[in-house]
Amino acid sequence: MVLKGIGFSRSVSRADQRGFSRWGAAVLKNPADNVIESAKPRLQGPTDPAVQVRIQKKREDAFELDVAFTIAQGITIIFGASGAGKTTLLDCIAGLTTPEWGHIAVGGRVLFDSDRGINLPVQNRRIGYVFQDLALFPHLSVKANVVYGLSGIHGQECEQRVHKALDTLSILPLRDRRPAQLSGGERQRVALARALVTEPSILLLDEPLAALDLPVRMKIADDLRCSIQNLPVPVLYVTHSRDEVFMLGERMLVLERGKIIAQGTPHEVLSAPRGETVAQLAGFENIFDAQVTAIHEERGTMTCRVGSTRFETAQVEIETPLVHAVQDAKLRVGISAGDVLLATSVPVGLSARNILPGRLLSLAQRDMIIVARVDCGVELSVHLTLGARDSLELVPGRQVWVIVKTHSCHLLAE
Amino acid sequence: MAAVTMPRMEAAAITLSVFMDWQAFWLTMRLAFSVTALLLIIGFPLAYWIAFSKWRWKFLVEAIVGLPIVLPPTVLGFYVLIALGQRSLFGRWWQSMTGHTLAFTFAGLVIGSVLYSLPFAVQPLAASFANVDSRLLAASAVLGVSKLQTFWRVIVPLSTSGLVTAMALTFAHTMGEFGVVLMVGGNIPGVTRTLSINIYDQVQDLNYSAANTTALVLGAIAFMLLSLVYSFNRRLWKVWPRI
Repeated sequence: MVLKGIGFSRSVSRADQRGFSRWGAAVLKNPADNVIESAKPRLQGPTDPAVQVRIQKKREDAFELDVAFTIAQGITIIFGASGAGKTTLLDCIAGLTTPEWGHIAVGGRVLFDSDRGINLPVQNRRIGYVFQDLALFPHLSVKANVVYGLSGIHGQECEQRVHKALDTLSILPLRDRRPAQLSGGERQRVALARALVTEPSILLLDEPLAALDLPVRMKIADDLRCSIQNLPVPVLYVTHSRDEVFMLGERMLVLERGKIIAQGTPHEVLSAPRGETVAQLAGFENIFDAQVTAIHEERGTMTCRVGSTRFETAQVEIETPLVHAVQDAKLRVGISAGDVLLATSVPVGLSARNILPGRLLSLAQRDMIIVARVDCGVELSVHLTLGARDSLELVPGRQVWVIVKTHSCHLLAE
Repeated sequence: MAAVTMPRMEAAAITLSVFMDWQAFWLTMRLAFSVTALLLIIGFPLAYWIAFSKWRWKFLVEAIVGLPIVLPPTVLGFYVLIALGQRSLFGRWWQSMTGHTLAFTFAGLVIGSVLYSLPFAVQPLAASFANVDSRLLAASAVLGVSKLQTFWRVIVPLSTSGLVTAMALTFAHTMGEFGVVLMVGGNIPGVTRTLSINIYDQVQDLNYSAANTTALVLGAIAFMLLSLVYSFNRRLWKVWPRI
């Protein structure tokens, strides 16, 4: 029963059983997707581009979006700081705003092509779009919200589709409520049901968890992943939260100031960040200018002289992993504050290669974390627990040693 | 001073007369209902255009719509009278079609009143249309729903307070107008003599008790309509006590 209507083995193989069964046969059975319905093996492999986007879009505030990418079925994360152009990109795909130039195709259907003069109206694009603020119709019940997009479908089929969508997202008991009477997570599922019931050719999610409180966010992110990861349509998921990236993403694109600066699996992108924005987003509190002073091919490491961008005078040498770089090449080094150790006496017998003497400048408590600033030639942020501060009797001005593993030094391209 | 302007006032306190010109009352109601209905039909597309058009000269249209608020009713009445009469192309065309002029008829009165009450219908409607969250309109479009359908299914239901305000203000304003009615309609019993003209006549005849009754009726209806508007909007502001 559960497996009815899902005929492509790719999904089965990687399916999380829960998410798989929750969507079951509910979604996407329009004539264009007959391959799925008839349970034939799916010819399209996971690497076939389901979505092609190549656009340039200028905004009034001099911002320019200039991206080109193709994505396959499944979830693709679009990651970037606010103002990077993420929502503009989704709006271009949905047709809510028109690019100056470019080409957008979803599942082989051209939605926009400036050269051929094609610009399908929003209404005809068959897009599922879950907005950041969800944009549920406040005057309509949950059921009426979900029915809203099924204009051409009446009677029993309409009833069945709505019932299935509500049921698979577990919001059937809420069908007569108004959006104002729902919790954040419930509203979220209503918005998803409303988008999916129309059987869209692509699903766009614009920071769908941003409006939720932190404690429930991860739980709902998990529910959301179960709901969307086996959809037989491409899903573009916009976020600026790294937790969501690791939780949801198989592939990601990093957007910075309107350009794609990195793409790949979340692990590839965030563990070896190339741009500084990514580095900061990925959690590097310490970023330094660095210059290669020695290359140790045989050991797979390099020695770099680092100087803080703010304090040019003092400089210190550290050992970093080897990358493709030449002597005297200029790089940047990112170090996560949580990857740095502090010692109150000279440590011995450690595998860590970077042990730098320094002086504690300040200690500040941020939630349950102590942020220590240490001057060890360069200024470094270190995260400590409350217990570590107390047992080491750390006070500003105290002599300390900073310990950083070679592989905690992440090299970023300029 | 008082003795000069109101010679009879000193003689006796003003009484309430049981007399009421019911013909004028029903004529006024008929006029107010017709104008409100017509202004809803005209006001919807006009307010929609004002709320959503990006035309650079839109402000000129907005100024023209708002004109009756600041213009003396006699100015508007004068031009409507000219336009309806034989001096204008429209007036001559109407007469050739129907055999009579529009001036000093009920239909002429309706035309004058529609123009005079236009801003009272269009402005609240346009304000509440524009107030609907643009993301809801985007959501509707993405779901494949046309602009016209979106108007009826999202914009209008979310503009009920503007709708009630527009209807009540138009009705009350039409009921109470004087200058335009006098200029365009004259004072023909059963055809163009409305309650506000009726009061004027009654005062001219020094029939203060009858004028008092008529004025009270007009005042009471206006008060009820405005109370309706404010109570309705208040409910939407969510400060209404929970039951």
